[in-house]
Amino acid sequence: MTCVHLLLTLVFAVSLGTPVEIQRPRGVPLTSIQFYVENKPFTCLDGSRTISFDRVNDDYCDCKDGSDEPGTAACPNGSFHCTNAGYRPMFIPSSRINDGICDCCDTTDEYNSGAKCENTCKELGRKEREVLQKMAEITKEGFLLKQHLIEEAKKGQQEKQSKVTDMQGNKKQLDEKVEVLRTVKETAEQPEKEAKERHLKAWEEQKAAIRLEKDKAKMAEAFLELDDNADGFVSVSELQSHAELDADADGTLTETEAQGLMGGAEQVDTSTFESVWPNIKDKYHSEVSREEADMSCLVSSEVPFGQKVFFLEKTVVKLSAQKARDDFEEAEKALREMDDQIRNIEKELSFDFGPDAEFTYLYSQCYELTTGEYIYRLCPFNRVSQKPKYGGSETNLGTWGSWSGPENNKYLLMKYDHGTGCWQGPNRSTTVKLTCGKETVVTSTSEPSRCEYLIEFTTPAVCQEPANTDLSPHDHEEL
Amino acid sequence: SAPPCGCFILQRWVPLIVLLCVSARAVDRSNFKTCEQSAFCKRQRELKPGRSPYRALLDTLELSDSRITLQLINDNNKVRLLLELYRLQGNMTRVKINELKPLKPRYEVPDVLISDPITETLSVVSQDENSLVLSLGGKDQRLIVSAQPFRLDIVEGPQVLVSLNSRGLLAFEHLRARKDTKSELEQATEQENVEQRTDEDGQIKEEEDKPGMWEETFKSHTDSKPNGPSSISLDFSLPGVEHVYGIPEHADTLKLKNTDGSDPYRLYNLDVFQYELHNPMALYGAVPVLISHSTDRTMGIFWLNAAETWVDISSNTAGKVRVISSEAPQTDVRWISESGIIDVFIMLGPKPADVFTQYASLTGTQSFPPLTALAYHQCRWNYNDQEDVKSVDQGFDEHDIPYDFIWLDIEHADGKRYFTWDPSKFPQPKEMLQGLMDKRRKLVAIVDPHIRVDNGYKIHNEILSKNFYVKNKDGGDYEGWCWPGNSGYPDFTNPEMRAWWASKFAYEQYEGSMENQYVWNDMNEPSVFNGPEVTMHKDALHGGWEHRDVHNLYGLYVQKATADGLVERSGGVERPFVLTRAFFAGSQRYGAVWTGDNAAEWGHLKISIPMCLSLGLAGISFCGADVGGFFKHPSAELLVRWYQAGAYQPFFRAHAHIDTPRREPWLFGPENTALIREAIRQRYALLPYWYQLFYNAHRTGYPVVRPLWVEYPNDVATFSIEDEYLIGKDLLVHPVTDEGATAVTAYLPGKGEVWYDVHTFQKHDGEQSLYIPVTMSSIPVFQRGGSIICRKDRVRRSSSCMENDPYTLYAALNSQGSAEGELYIDDFHTFNFEKAKQFVHRHLSFSANTLSSRNLAPDSQFSTASWIEKIVIIGGSQPSSATLKNADDTESALEFEFDSTLAVLTLRKPGVNAAADWTVILR
Repeated sequence: MTCVHLLLTLVFAVSLGTPVEIQRPRGVPLTSIQFYVENKPFTCLDGSRTISFDRVNDDYCDCKDGSDEPGTAACPNGSFHCTNAGYRPMFIPSSRINDGICDCCDTTDEYNSGAKCENTCKELGRKEREVLQKMAEITKEGFLLKQHLIEEAKKGQQEKQSKVTDMQGNKKQLDEKVEVLRTVKETAEQPEKEAKERHLKAWEEQKAAIRLEKDKAKMAEAFLELDDNADGFVSVSELQSHAELDADADGTLTETEAQGLMGGAEQVDTSTFESVWPNIKDKYHSEVSREEADMSCLVSSEVPFGQKVFFLEKTVVKLSAQKARDDFEEAEKALREMDDQIRNIEKELSFDFGPDAEFTYLYSQCYELTTGEYIYRLCPFNRVSQKPKYGGSETNLGTWGSWSGPENNKYLLMKYDHGTGCWQGPNRSTTVKLTCGKETVVTSTSEPSRCEYLIEFTTPAVCQEPANTDLSPHDHEEL
Repeated sequence: SAPPCGCFILQRWVPLIVLLCVSARAVDRSNFKTCEQSAFCKRQRELKPGRSPYRALLDTLELSDSRITLQLINDNNKVRLLLELYRLQGNMTRVKINELKPLKPRYEVPDVLISDPITETLSVVSQDENSLVLSLGGKDQRLIVSAQPFRLDIVEGPQVLVSLNSRGLLAFEHLRARKDTKSELEQATEQENVEQRTDEDGQIKEEEDKPGMWEETFKSHTDSKPNGPSSISLDFSLPGVEHVYGIPEHADTLKLKNTDGSDPYRLYNLDVFQYELHNPMALYGAVPVLISHSTDRTMGIFWLNAAETWVDISSNTAGKVRVISSEAPQTDVRWISESGIIDVFIMLGPKPADVFTQYASLTGTQSFPPLTALAYHQCRWNYNDQEDVKSVDQGFDEHDIPYDFIWLDIEHADGKRYFTWDPSKFPQPKEMLQGLMDKRRKLVAIVDPHIRVDNGYKIHNEILSKNFYVKNKDGGDYEGWCWPGNSGYPDFTNPEMRAWWASKFAYEQYEGSMENQYVWNDMNEPSVFNGPEVTMHKDALHGGWEHRDVHNLYGLYVQKATADGLVERSGGVERPFVLTRAFFAGSQRYGAVWTGDNAAEWGHLKISIPMCLSLGLAGISFCGADVGGFFKHPSAELLVRWYQAGAYQPFFRAHAHIDTPRREPWLFGPENTALIREAIRQRYALLPYWYQLFYNAHRTGYPVVRPLWVEYPNDVATFSIEDEYLIGKDLLVHPVTDEGATAVTAYLPGKGEVWYDVHTFQKHDGEQSLYIPVTMSSIPVFQRGGSIICRKDRVRRSSSCMENDPYTLYAALNSQGSAEGELYIDDFHTFNFEKAKQFVHRHLSFSANTLSSRNLAPDSQFSTASWIEKIVIIGGSQPSSATLKNADDTESALEFEFDSTLAVLTLRKPGVNAAADWTVILR
C-alpha cells in the first residue's frame, strides 16, 4: 500500500511541477483528495453510505471502512496520512492520532493531545539521505566486487568442469588398467590358489579319517561298556540300561524301542554293532565321558601342523603372485582417489551458489567472530559452530541446509540445521542473514530463541546493481 | 520462572543441571511429602473420629464484654487448654484454643488481620452442668458449648449451621520438654505442670513418644525439631452442605473433592517443578479459607495458621448417586497444622456476598491496581538485552497489537544479583525505560528474595552487616542454593528488614530504575533448590520463631515489603504493582498473583479457570495464568485459545520458559496474529469494566471473577461449573479450551434472565444449556440482560494512550426493559481517589425508556476529558425520537439507528462529558 501510494504521489508531484499547498481534510493523502469535497455529501470510500460533509472528521465513526474519519481516532480501522515534508510521507493507524506519542515527524498526528512533538522531518530526511548515500556507495563498490566474484566463479567453475571432464577421461584409462592388472593378478594367483585348495582338500580328508578312527574307537568302547556281562554280545536288555537312547523321550527305553534300535535283533556282536552304532551314537552317553575334550584336543593339535604345510607351499607360490597383487592394488587405489576427487568437484559444482555463482567464493572458507564468551565460526555451505573463548568443546550450531530467504530472493538467508540437540528443546539451528557489504565478514551473532541462532553476515555477493545513481533530488517531498 | 527441577544441585553450571534433570518430564512426586511422610499429619490422621477426650470446665468460665474464656482439659493427659470465644461484628464467630500454660509461647500469626476485629457482646442465654448457651445476636443465632465431650455448635433456630469437635478430632499436641536434655529449670517447670495436671484425678499417664516427634528425616534432610511435637487439629461439620470451595492453591477442581482414601489437601508454599493437574498437592501459595455453599446458606471457615497445614474433606454424599435417603447431606472438614494455635474465624454468611464482606473485614480487600496493570503483559524468560526489548516493543507496533508491560526475568540482573543490571546486556537501563515511557509503556523487572552470597554485592553486604538474614538452627546465617548459586534469605518477618528492603526501591538506591518500572517477586515460597521439598529447613530461625511457624507467611511479607517500596519511592503518591508467586491470606492487599509454572497443555489452560476462581473466593482477585503455558511449546491453536481465555481473566500475561522457541504474537502466521490481536483488543475495550470491578473489589472484597453460583446461589446446576464464570455479575465467559473444538455448551443461568452474545447481540434465555458452534475466532461471552457496561472501543497501543478516550455504553435490557450499571473514572494510577476523593463514580440506569447518569459519590471530585460517544441499547424497541437532556436542562435531539432484526438501537454521539449528569429520553 505504502509503495503504491509513494509512486502515485511522485507522479502527482511531478505533474504539478511545483508543490502547492492544497486544502484537504486532516489526514487525507493528496491522492484521495478528490473524494473529500468541501460542503458536498461524502460517500464512504467503500460506497456503503453517504453522509453530510460536516460528519467528516467530526470524531464519530460513520463509515464501516473508517474513511469518514481520516484525521481522528474515531474509527478502529482508519488510517491517518502524514505528509512529513522533508522526509517520507506515511500512513499510521488512526489509533495513533492524539495518543500522546509522536509518530509523524511533522507532528501532525498530535494536534490535540498535549504531547510536545518537534518536527524532525528535516533531520530524519538528512540522516536518511546520508544512510542512503553510504549504502549506495557500499552497494556500488560491493556490486563491482560481485562482478569479480562472478567472473572468478565462472572461471573456476569452467576450470573445474574441464578438470572433471579430463579426470573422467583419465579415469576411463585407469579403469582399464585396473582391469588388466586384475587379470594379471588373478593369473599369477592361480598356482597359489590351487595349492591352497589342494592343501585344503588334503586337510579335510585327513580330518575325516581322524574322525572315522575316533568314531570307531568310541564304538568299540561303547560296545564294551554296553556288554555288561562281557559275553561278547550286546543284548536288548543291556541296551535298555541307557535311558538316554529313548526315542519318544518319555524317559524309559522300552524293550520294543531297544529292539528297534538294534534292527530287530535280540543281541548283536561287535561286527553287527557297527550297524546299530549309527542309530545310537548321537544320544549315547558314555559311562566315562571324556571324548569331547579328547576331540578338541585332537583338532587343535592338528591345525598348526596342517598350516605349517600350507605356509611352506605358499611362500613358493607367493613370489610370483605378490608383485601382481601390489600392482593391482596400487592402480585400484589411484582409481579410488580419482573417484573421490571427481565426486568432490561434482559435489561443489552441484551446490546452488546463486544465480550467477556469486557465492562460490565462500565455499570451503570459514569466518569467525569473537564475542564476550564465545568464538562463532561460520563455514558457508558446511557448518556453523560455537566454541567457548576460554576453553571447552565446540558446539555444532547446524550444518548446511538450504537457502531460505523470501520467495523473491531466497539468497538473503541461509539455514543451517540439525546441530547439537538442546535439553528439552530442538536441535540447534542457525539462520545466516546476508547483507551487502564490501567485506566478507560476520558482523553479529545472537540467540533470539533458545538454540536458534542468528548470524549477520556481509558479503559483496548480495549487493544489487545500484538502481539509480542519482540520489540527490527528493521529488516525493510534499510541502 | 522455574527451579531446575527438584534435583539436588551443588554445581552452578547449567550443563550439569541439565544432565541431572534430563529425565524430569513432570513433577517428581518423590520430592514432596505425602501425609504419610509428614510425621505430624500421619499422627493426626491416625486419630479417627470418636468420643473426644476433651472436656470443658464450665466453672472456669470468664465473661467479659468482648469475649468469654473457658478451660478445656484432656482427660487422657490432663493437659489444660484455654478456649476463647468471640462474637465479631458482621456475623462472625472467632474460636481460639491455646495451651493454658505452654512451656513456651506458641506462634500466633501477626500482620494478616488488618486490625483487631471488632467484637460484639456475647451473652449467656442459659447454662446447666453440661452446657452453656450463648447468644450470637439476631435471628436466633446461638453458640452452644457442650462440656463433655467438649463440642461447639452454632445454631440458628432449630438448624445447626456448624459443629466443632463433633467428631472428636480436636487434638492439641502440648509442648513438652525433651527427655534427653532436660535442664533443671525445665524439670522444675515440668513439675509444676504435672502438679497442675495431677490435681484432677491424682494420676497422669506417661505419654509415649511416637516416630517423628523429636526428629524427622525426609530424603536426605533432617528436621531437628528442638521443640518436639506441636501439631493441632480440629474438625468442623457442616450439615446440609454438599459443596465446599476455596483453600487455594491447588491445581484441582473448583468444588473441593472428598479426601477419604487420598491425601488431604495440603497448604504449604512450595516451588513445584512441572506440577500435575487434579492433585491435592501443595503449590506456591496458601490461603486457609474454605467456603461452604448450599441453597440455604453460604459460610466460610478461616483457619489462621501459617504452618504446614492439611485439610481433609469428607462428604456423606460424595461419590453417591443421589438416592432417597434419610441421611441429610453433610460435609465434614478437618484442619491439621504443624504448629501454632487454633485460631479460627467462622463466617456465617448467609449470602455469598456476606461471606466476602466478612472475610474482607478480617484480612482486607484486593489492592486497587493502576489501570495499566489490568492491560496486557508480554513476558518471557528472558528478553535477552536492550536491543531485544526494543525490537519486541516495535514488533507490537508493527503488528498493531496493544500491550502495556514488557517483563524481564532473572537474566537481566548482573549474575542474578537483584537490583542490578547485566552490564553487557542492559548497559543503559534508563535509556531503555525512557524508550518505553515515550510509548507510554512500562517494564517489570524481577526481584527475588534469595540474595547471592558475594562480598562484592552491596545488597548482600548490607543485609549481612544489619544481621537481617534468616538463621540456621545453629545460629549462623542460613544459606541455600538458588538461581545465583549460594544464597542467603533475608528475614522478611522482621519489620526492620522489610523497611530496609522497601528503601532499596528508591530511585537513587535502585540504580537504573525509573517510575515506569515495576516489580515481580518470584521464588518467594521460599524456593531453596537444595532444601527439603525445595524450600527452607523448618528448623531455620526467624528471630525467636522457627521457619516451621512462619513458612506460609514468608511470601506475603516479600510482596508486602516490595509493594511498600514502590509506594515509598513515589512519596506515597503512586499505586504499586507487584506480582508474586507465593501468597497467604491477606496477600490480596499487595498486588497480583499468578498460578506459577504451568505448561503448554490444554489441561493447564482449562485448570486456569478453577484455579483463579478459587483464589477469588479466598479474597485474591488479581489472578492469572501464564498465557501459552510456561513449559513446553504451544501449538498455534493452543496459543490462540489461551490468549482468548486470558483476555478475560484478571491478570493477563504471556510468559514462556527460556528453553522454548520464541512466541511473540506475530510468530504464528498472519491469521493467528490477527486472532491474537483481536483477543487483546477485546481486553483493552473492556478495561473500563475491569477497572470498575477492581474498584468495587477494593471497596467491598467481592471477587472480580466469580463462579456462577455466587450470583445464582439457588441454582444447583451452577454449583460445580468451572468451565465458565462471571466477570462481575454482568458478563458470562465460556472460553474455548478444547483442541479442535467446533462447539461449546454454555450454561446460561437465571430463570427469567436473558443473555446477549456480546459479539452478535443475539438474545438467549436464562436457565438453559446453550450449544454454541465456534470457529477459531470465537470467544463466547454474554452480557446479562439488565446491565449497562461501559467500554472504550478506540483501542490504542497501550492503556495509557486511551485514558481520555470516550466511552460507549452497552445497555442490555432485561425482560422488564430496564438495565443498570456503573462507570468509575479516576487518574488511573495514584492514591488520590482515596486520599483526595478524586474520582467519578456514576450510576447508569435505563427504565421506562429513559437512560440517566446519576452521581454515586457527590462528595468526590474529578474532571475527566472523557465523554460519551455512543450508546447501544440491546433488546429494546424502535423509538420515534431520542432526546438528550443536559444538567442545565438544555435539550438536543440525538440521531439514532435501529437494527430491527436484533433489536439494537444505536444513539449517535451524545457527546456529554462522562462525569456529567444527563438523561436520554426515548419516545
